[in-house]
Amino acid sequence: MARVVVDVLLKPEILDPQGKAVEGALGRLGLSGVSSVRQGKTFTIDVDGDLDDARLAQLHELASSLLSNPVIEDYSIREVTA
Amino acid sequence: MSRHVDTVTDAAANPDAAQPFAELGLKPDEYQQIREILGRRPTSAELAMYSVMWSEHCSYKSSKVHLRQFGDKKPETDALLVGIGENAGVVDIGDGWAVTFKVESHNHPSYVEPYQGAATGIGGIVRDILSMGARPVAVMDPLRFGAADHPDTRRVLPGVVAGIGGYGNCLGLPNIGGEVVFDSSYQGNPLVNALCVGTMRHEDIHLASAKGVGNLVVLYGAKTGGDGIGGVSVLASETFDEGGPAKRPSVQVGDPFMEKLLIECTLEVLHAGLVEGIQDLGGAGISCATSELASNGEGGMHVRLDAVPLRDATLTPEEILMSESQERMCAVVTPEKIDAFLAICRKWDVTADVIGEVTSTGRLVIEWHGEIIVDVPPRTVAHDGPVYNRPLARPDWQDELIASGSSELARPSTAVEIRDTIMTMVASPNLAAKTWITSQYDRYVLGNTVLAQPEDSGMVRVDEVTGRGVAVSTDCNGRFAKLDPYNGAKLALAEAYRNVAATGAAPLAVTNCLNFGSPEDPAVMWQFSEAVRGLADGCLELGTPVTGGNVSFYNQTGDTAIHPTPVVGVLGVIEDVTKRTPMGFASAGDVVLLLGETRDELDGSEWAHVVHGHLGGVPPKVDLAAEMVLAALLVEFGGTGALTAAHDLSDGGVAQALVEMALRRGVGAMISLPAEHDAFVALFSESTARVIVTVSPARFDEVMSAAAAAGVLVTRIGSVGEAGSDLVIENVVGDSVTLSLAELSQASEATLPALFG
Repeated sequence: MARVVVDVLLKPEILDPQGKAVEGALGRLGLSGVSSVRQGKTFTIDVDGDLDDARLAQLHELASSLLSNPVIEDYSIREVTA
Repeated sequence: MSRHVDTVTDAAANPDAAQPFAELGLKPDEYQQIREILGRRPTSAELAMYSVMWSEHCSYKSSKVHLRQFGDKKPETDALLVGIGENAGVVDIGDGWAVTFKVESHNHPSYVEPYQGAATGIGGIVRDILSMGARPVAVMDPLRFGAADHPDTRRVLPGVVAGIGGYGNCLGLPNIGGEVVFDSSYQGNPLVNALCVGTMRHEDIHLASAKGVGNLVVLYGAKTGGDGIGGVSVLASETFDEGGPAKRPSVQVGDPFMEKLLIECTLEVLHAGLVEGIQDLGGAGISCATSELASNGEGGMHVRLDAVPLRDATLTPEEILMSESQERMCAVVTPEKIDAFLAICRKWDVTADVIGEVTSTGRLVIEWHGEIIVDVPPRTVAHDGPVYNRPLARPDWQDELIASGSSELARPSTAVEIRDTIMTMVASPNLAAKTWITSQYDRYVLGNTVLAQPEDSGMVRVDEVTGRGVAVSTDCNGRFAKLDPYNGAKLALAEAYRNVAATGAAPLAVTNCLNFGSPEDPAVMWQFSEAVRGLADGCLELGTPVTGGNVSFYNQTGDTAIHPTPVVGVLGVIEDVTKRTPMGFASAGDVVLLLGETRDELDGSEWAHVVHGHLGGVPPKVDLAAEMVLAALLVEFGGTGALTAAHDLSDGGVAQALVEMALRRGVGAMISLPAEHDAFVALFSESTARVIVTVSPARFDEVMSAAAAAGVLVTRIGSVGEAGSDLVIENVVGDSVTLSLAELSQASEATLPALFG
């Protein structure tokens, strides 16, 4: 079994109102020195068998078509130890 | 990071540098025109400005020559306080109140990214209304999608509806109506139009002009980021070519909470008298706001672009000029009042920065860290762009389309067949209940909503003391406009006018959103010119001026254009909203009357569309004189309480109207069709200038004699039943048709959830 994590974040040039709200709240709660907050989504996916190229290609397809909105979001896929 | 910035000095020193004008959407002769205006090549920043401002979306270069008719044929009226050309027109609704309303398209962005496209469509139109000095009080959304069962409609519609709901609900604005129409002609080109209504006192009207040399130009609201750069020129002015290069810039993301702060902040600075001129930032961002303010004012402005607060410090000056970041406004403020202005912005947590001042030079000069990157006459950017008299030609298929009428189509001929037809039509996507959509919108927030979907018009109270209010309806039947663009536009106007009058409000003014295919296609240009001519003629005849509007071209994929869709919004005034006329059957024993004449007019009808998938022939006859007489009657008797219900007859005819009136409050009726009429025609014809009303028996004679005096044909067709009673239609080919409210409701309500739920 292999575990992969898919991170989905708004593209850098896209406004992130929620991240901005968190950034504002951090300041109000006394945490200084924070210049930017971007919020996104994380998916943890366990796949059977090895993470071979074919399986990885499948995951990329899934990440770009279902887990993210390619018009406004970027994703990245990484393998982690389960 | 250091990047060389193309300055005016560079442009003079290096006059023949190749420039990517074609990639920015400019034609070679337009580029040449810019060079002639400036007497040199434009800098890259100037090129960016001209390219967005001269795009179809901003310059109206293909439509301008036709739109002049709205001014030339303007009816005599005292109601118009501010006319076409400003951010939105303003009308006088009496008692010192003024209302501004406008509808705009956000079609292309909503196709690319349905949620954010629709959401920022609401945000943009709200800022237009705000920049006139009005408080936004309601929104509406005329929407059109491809076939209801097409997979792409399933992608686009839920996102669009959620985006409208998400943004509008967060802003706290009621969504009081609109339209949802499905037709395969909109496949790949959905129409997402957004309308906003705002109210103010007469003295609060503000205009977009930069007056007073030495006054300061303030940019306030959200910071400027890299979103939607070039969106105006690329998204709104290029066709989506199948297989073409992916020219898909990043879309804009809206922040409704920022917009809410912007609304409150703007109204406070306006009411405090701190503003000389004001402009919202929409398409073309800072390019548009600075050039329009300067052009409308005394002609000069000096802007320090490096003073613009940025979300992304790596943006180039060209990108800052073109960015369509949302929730921004631009104001002109005197130096004496600037501290008070900035203090109010701070109070609302709104970023505000002085980015320049009004000058007497007649030039718009923009500097970037001390170097001049723009030096242009602002009128040439904002108002004196290219104007095209594009070729137009009646399409060669038009005659064939008109010749292929609906008379050959098989019509239901027995009571059973007619009953089946009614049930099929009730459940068809265009006629089915839109509850699944409208329940995602907050329709009653602010507490002033009097009528909302599915009523004929949305109605809001403006004055909480006197009860004075306004009603708004938007309509367009694209099939009729395809068959006959001239009369199709008049039919859209007639329907919206009738819908407003049916609620008891007197129609006063018109806005429009003209959605068409590519202006470079002579057939589309012919449709457009015919529709504008029809709408202008119709408004003149009805005495309702066009206050403003919007044109959306390039709604086509490949060679296939959408149905011409001139969406018309009519606004009416009602002196006391407690006297409005609702649409549903209410009191048992009330008399049901059909006002107006029914003819055999089924070409282009909903019946032909749903049952036969047919489009051809000649649309129903337009009779605006009859509409005016009918409207006057509806307004007069609505106000005296004689009418207990009124419902406009349009898509689906009498049958659909009766079903909607019965379902509205769960009250049936006993209807008897006049024996001399063909039952099918009586039930499904879409003849115009007709409404169904109910009248209490005590007021019956009074209404009958008034209608007779006005020359309106009245047919008594039945009486209202008890709550929960069936809808019974007698004299249907010698038999009667009984429809239970339960089965009608099930058929009507189940369709949209099954498709999109």
